[in-house]
Amino acid sequence: MEMNGMNVKIGALECKNPVLTASGTFGYGLEYQDFVDLERLGGFIVKGTTLHHREGNAYPRMAETPSGMLNAVGLQNKGVDYFIEHIYPQIKDINTNIIVNVSGASIEDYVACAEKIDALDSIPAIELNISCPNVKQGGMAFGVTPNGAESVVKAVRKAYHKTLIVKLSPNVTSITDIAKAVEGAGADSVSLINTLLGMAINAETQRPELSTITGGLSGPCVKPIALRMVWQTYNAVKIPIIGIGGIQSATDAIEFILAGATAVEIGTANFVDPNITMKVVDGIADYMQRHKIDNINSLRGALKI
Amino acid sequence: MQKIQSDLRVVDNQRLSARACLITLESIDKLPRIRAGQFAELLVPDCPGVYLRRPISIHAVDTEHNRVEFLVQLVGKGTNALAAVKPGEIINTILPLGNGFDVENMTYKHPLLIGGGIGIAPLYQLGVDMAKNGIQPTFLFGTRSKQDIILMDKYSRIAPLEYTTEDGSFATKGFVTDHVLMNADIKKFDALYVCGPTPMMKAVVQKAALSQIDCYVSLEHKMACGLGACLCCVEVIDGTNTCVCKDGPVFKSDRLQWK
Ligand SMILES: Cc1cc2nc3c(=O)[nH]c(=O)nc-3n(C[C@H](O)[C@H](O)[C@H](O)COP(=O)(O)OP(=O)(O)OC[C@H]3O[C@@H](n4cnc5c(N)ncnc54)[C@H](O)[C@@H]3O)c2cc1C
Ligand SMILES: Cc1cc2nc3c(=O)[nH]c(=O)nc-3n(C[C@H](O)[C@H](O)[C@H](O)COP(=O)(O)O)c2cc1C
Ligand code: FES
Repeated sequence: MEMNGMNVKIGALECKNPVLTASGTFGYGLEYQDFVDLERLGGFIVKGTTLHHREGNAYPRMAETPSGMLNAVGLQNKGVDYFIEHIYPQIKDINTNIIVNVSGASIEDYVACAEKIDALDSIPAIELNISCPNVKQGGMAFGVTPNGAESVVKAVRKAYHKTLIVKLSPNVTSITDIAKAVEGAGADSVSLINTLLGMAINAETQRPELSTITGGLSGPCVKPIALRMVWQTYNAVKIPIIGIGGIQSATDAIEFILAGATAVEIGTANFVDPNITMKVVDGIADYMQRHKIDNINSLRGALKI
Repeated sequence: MQKIQSDLRVVDNQRLSARACLITLESIDKLPRIRAGQFAELLVPDCPGVYLRRPISIHAVDTEHNRVEFLVQLVGKGTNALAAVKPGEIINTILPLGNGFDVENMTYKHPLLIGGGIGIAPLYQLGVDMAKNGIQPTFLFGTRSKQDIILMDKYSRIAPLEYTTEDGSFATKGFVTDHVLMNADIKKFDALYVCGPTPMMKAVVQKAALSQIDCYVSLEHKMACGLGACLCCVEVIDGTNTCVCKDGPVFKSDRLQWK
């Protein structure tokens, strides 16, 4: 039941609807083929990809928390060349937007990875994950200072010619300062939020639940924070925003759009219901009908205050 | 292998002991092909505090009636809520997941199936399928105490069954690795299949290596998606982090890096 009026634009990227999936929670799309018609998605964002192979962190990497979970996967992936050779051929003909999430430990790594993906015809956009630690500058994440964010986005912007989405970390004092810096550096869009830094302890064993002690919190428990950050960012920048964080229903997605998001990404909810994205697409269409909305874009930032 | 997400109806939920129950679910539609050793992800109904699905091994499959059986140990919120489900209720289930045991291509004649605690769960259907294929399995189960022994009749109908108990309240006192089948008699077997707590599996893997017997472990790592998408459930296999949910849960022990 695809409706007209669901199309949205993110930079030069045209999406048939505003529902995408979040990096690291949807594999390469193929893992969900039995449950989802991938071509009914506005797009999907594949696993975090780095220039070189990464083993990720030691097990245990996951802990359930009230209404959410912590993860410490640590960007395990086989590197961009492996992606291009072995995975890209399997997914390139799927008729939706396939976006690669790019990570790196240095500016050179980000640029080299983005350049390689620029050459792939069926990848119309990248999502730059700037929450990774900058190994050259003492391990502080690029995304936690406006200068750090600006420098990496500027460098990638020069090397990458398609739609550049920059994914923001919520672990900052002022998300709007970072968003403005990223906009100034030439990003076409910002997506937010990545996971919030958290921790879980097992009182019986008196040990941390994760091998890395701290990890990234996601799921419905982060939604109010994500909504607030999308709203603040909407009031600070002009580029389109992709809202992420705890979305598990069409109502949640609509709330993000009302707060100013052009599109949304669904992450952890895919683990609970692998068919959730289809339900959200149908639910948004249903909401538009009930509220007599012809075009989803008219709802963006339409919060009544 | 085709995976489904489906609302399955509870047709039976038997309490077997203070810490275990046996749940039978039925599908309206024809169930896909399911292998012994594969698992399902169950959505625990109406359970505050339980957000993710719970991975549970397929204990038995009844293809004729489209039924699957789960043997569940009560360890926390989710499994206690599962123990309370009543016939007629619905459990949203994703299955079949993981690789399972490859019984069709098995060349062993006399395997020993070793279960520790609830680790017996994936071994029942394995024993059934082995027997059907002319293989003669033997079960060896270890529990803490006599009152933890469950489904003795059901298992002993499939194959010879031996026990150890840690407190000596039944059969041989000690761990499974103390049993004569794993010591003087170990050469009677051409393969070991083991599922249970990690220290127990490690001890069995060590014995298998010493006796140069092929050994397969079924791992129970913490999982989020169960589909190979999140990379939360990894074990180092052939030197690299590998998803237990997708490439396992069954691995040949020489591929592990256990010390
Ligand atoms: C592939 C696979 C097959 C499994 N098959 C079975 C089965 O057939 N029968 C069965 O009873 N259990 C099985 N388990 C274990 C089962 O998934 C956990 O016991 C269950 O998720 C615990 O949920 P809970 O809400 O009751 O416990 P929680 O409240 O989440 O935790 C209670 C305690 O259980 C521990 N725990 C949580 N998850 C696991 C886990 N995955 N493995 C071991 N301990 C855990 C926690 O550390 C904690 O100490 C299997 C696990 C996997 C990965
Ligand atoms: C297991 C897991 C792995 C993730 N991996 C990545 C990643 O590789 N790159 C990235 O930018 N975000 C990653 N994320 C963050 C998500 O894309 C998303 O921003 C976050 O989970 C919040 O959305 P949610 O609450 O809908 O899950 C990961 C999240 C989870 C749970
Ligand atoms: S649980 Fe997600 S990859 Fe195994």
